[in-house]
Amino acid sequence: MAKGVKPRVKVPKTAAAGDTITIKTLISHKMESGQRKDDEGNVIPRSIINRFTCDFNGENVIDVTMEPAISTNPYLEFEALVPEAGEFTFTWYDDDGSIYETAKKIAVE
Amino acid sequence: MELTRRNAIVMGAAAILAASLPVRGNAAAGDLIAAFTGGAEVGTGDIRLIAPEIAENGNTVPIEVSSDTAVEIMVLAMGNPTPNVATFKFGKLAASRAASTRIRLAGTQDVVAIAKLEDGSFVQTASTVKVTIGGCGG
Repeated sequence: MAKGVKPRVKVPKTAAAGDTITIKTLISHKMESGQRKDDEGNVIPRSIINRFTCDFNGENVIDVTMEPAISTNPYLEFEALVPEAGEFTFTWYDDDGSIYETAKKIAVE
Repeated sequence: MELTRRNAIVMGAAAILAASLPVRGNAAAGDLIAAFTGGAEVGTGDIRLIAPEIAENGNTVPIEVSSDTAVEIMVLAMGNPTPNVATFKFGKLAASRAASTRIRLAGTQDVVAIAKLEDGSFVQTASTVKVTIGGCGG
């Protein structure tokens, strides 16, 4: 598992039913591209997060396939519909098989 | 072909030449586009790509893709050692077919976004980004 991986997600606490909200996510990860070399000229092996998904109450919002060209500490911003109160779940899939998860509840006014 | 001394030299020289050529993204990018579209024709239309004209640091270039009817958007950096950047698939609860992220660019190049629309057709757009410092190390 890559060290110091910390997901951060920004979701409003409340929304009106049927509203559109903007979600911002950031996860600290070095996203080693597999292109860089160390001081001895050896290629540093690729180690990235290759997939991100966001679901709300089991329904998919977005599913992103990420490649080495995504910057360090991958940041994603997108919009979601909130049909009812519930929970957003965010999942990041690491190359090494680790899965990082976080969830945010949202209430409907 | 018989493995004579001459042939061996020719093959060796060809191999060295092939290995020493800079990795060109374009052929690979063409394959990726074909794999994404399934060989279908790519038109222009309902796809927007917002990228800076000049990026000082190729390590983090903010981009945004959006479309009104896309189900899937693929982003390619044509001049990167590996051209694919990301593929966004929009689910049922995606309020807009838009997303933004930060990408790495190896140098000044075209960034291409290809969208698969709801009707099954494909559209693309491109934007040239000038990069002052490349973002692929080495």
